[in-house]
Amino acid sequence: MSALLECEKVTIKFGGLTAVSDLDLRIGEQELVGLIGPNGAGKTTAFNLITGVYQPTGGSIHFGGRPTANVKPHTLSLRGISRTFQNIRLFAQMSVLDNVRTAMQGNRAQRIRDALFRGRVFREVEARVEHEAMELLKIFGLDNFADANGKSLPYGDQRRLEIVRALATQPKLLLLDEPAAGMNPTEKEELMDLIRFVQDKFKIAVLLVEHDMKVVMGICQHIHVLDYGKKIAEGAPAEVRANPKVIAAYLGKDDGDA
Amino acid sequence: MSGLFKDARFFLLLAIAAAIGVSLAAGSFNRYYLGIAIDVGINIILAVSLNLINGHTGQFSLGHAGFMAVGGYVAAKMTLLYGAALFLPALFVGGVVAALVGLAVGVPSLRLRGDYLAIVTLGFGEIIRVVFQTSEFFGAATGLTGISKLTSFAWAWGLAAVTVYVVACLVNSTYGRGFIAVHDDEIAASAMGINPVRYKVTAFVIGAFFAGIAGGLYAHHKAVISPSGFDFIKSIEIVVMVIMGGMGRTAGVILAAIILTILPELLRGVAEYRMIIYSLLIIGLMLTRPQGLFTISRKK
Repeated sequence: MSALLECEKVTIKFGGLTAVSDLDLRIGEQELVGLIGPNGAGKTTAFNLITGVYQPTGGSIHFGGRPTANVKPHTLSLRGISRTFQNIRLFAQMSVLDNVRTAMQGNRAQRIRDALFRGRVFREVEARVEHEAMELLKIFGLDNFADANGKSLPYGDQRRLEIVRALATQPKLLLLDEPAAGMNPTEKEELMDLIRFVQDKFKIAVLLVEHDMKVVMGICQHIHVLDYGKKIAEGAPAEVRANPKVIAAYLGKDDGDA
Repeated sequence: MSGLFKDARFFLLLAIAAAIGVSLAAGSFNRYYLGIAIDVGINIILAVSLNLINGHTGQFSLGHAGFMAVGGYVAAKMTLLYGAALFLPALFVGGVVAALVGLAVGVPSLRLRGDYLAIVTLGFGEIIRVVFQTSEFFGAATGLTGISKLTSFAWAWGLAAVTVYVVACLVNSTYGRGFIAVHDDEIAASAMGINPVRYKVTAFVIGAFFAGIAGGLYAHHKAVISPSGFDFIKSIEIVVMVIMGGMGRTAGVILAAIILTILPELLRGVAEYRMIIYSLLIIGLMLTRPQGLFTISRKK
């Protein structure tokens, strides 16, 4: 069976620095996979490789059986890879609703003619998109803030909205880049429930990059551990936790923060 | 959002009808004031179309005078060669040629961002001007003279209404959300399936089209055009209208276009101090309202 996402020996070098080296990563349909590692291990770089922001200098990535080399991020998004960002990147000028609507319009942008004529086609598309966006917001309890500016929401809600926006593109694979960053323990608990809920409700695969061991160990079925751009371990949470290399990477140095 | 723009077509027709109505009575107006009123209409077209590029889409272009020049020269040459009956087609062709130039300029330069894009568009604007300055066909440094004075109040304000309508409609559609998404965060936009290049080029080409229309109106208003009228100071003037109006706020930009067109005329009385006062007023406005004249939050 072919995996949804298949990275083979993916390598990227920035000048003399090898940020990610020979990374093998497989994610099956509806799998929840974690990618962990200390600061600077190359986790976000791996994300940027998968989403097409960077092109690998070696190795190959296949999504849904198709190679992603030289495919632009927006095209990959239409094919079903969506993501959130480590530092929240909501559209600052937009309302909560518009943030979601924007993500929804990817493959059904209106023609200029329809936008100018404002006829039935235009109104139907707008009404449908608005309805679907509101339905999605309702699921996550954000519908009451639909008209508020996205950036005016509390921090936890902004994180949630970013996940909702990512879901609005109807992804098959959702990449979450440190969603628990800056959250307190209660918020982290809620986040874990949210991720489980999202994966179950939308039947999608999730790749989670996270610092917080508790979150990763708590929800992931399979975990990959990166250190200095190389994969040092992988397996089920319990195996990874017991792996001496992982313990060394996280605890064996002064700068570990797990 | 549908509430505000449900009757947009009605407002468009109303505005055009009003422009024609005023124009019919134009014979009884002071010709000096009428001239300024037409200038205002043309500047509204320029400012609102640049606002689509600089304000909504966030691509800082300093080349608007260049596109205006293309439209102005092409339209003027057409009516000079083939007669005044072709005024409307001439305006349209001028706009289309300006849009094509915008496409040619936009595709390579929109890879750049911020300051770099500003410098490249500035350079392109100057190239366009120099091309006209050296072209015998377009009258070289003298420019074109004897252009029929065909731009009436109705044309200027009617087309200004069309420009506002088109920009407002685009901004309140999937296009508008794409433009703003690109403005706010290009990386996030592309991760959400928005092709930033496509939206940037679309905004650029539409903006250039209306700048070309404005150029055609300008040529047939002044009866004379020369390359020196389209230097980068002209581009800056339009940019100032956009910034002062509040980037991305169409209503504010219209207001700024009106004020900044009339202000220098009001200050004619103080002759030599005119530009100093004008500059001080702009500095004062920017200090007190750096966010622009209109800052009603975007409600959609």
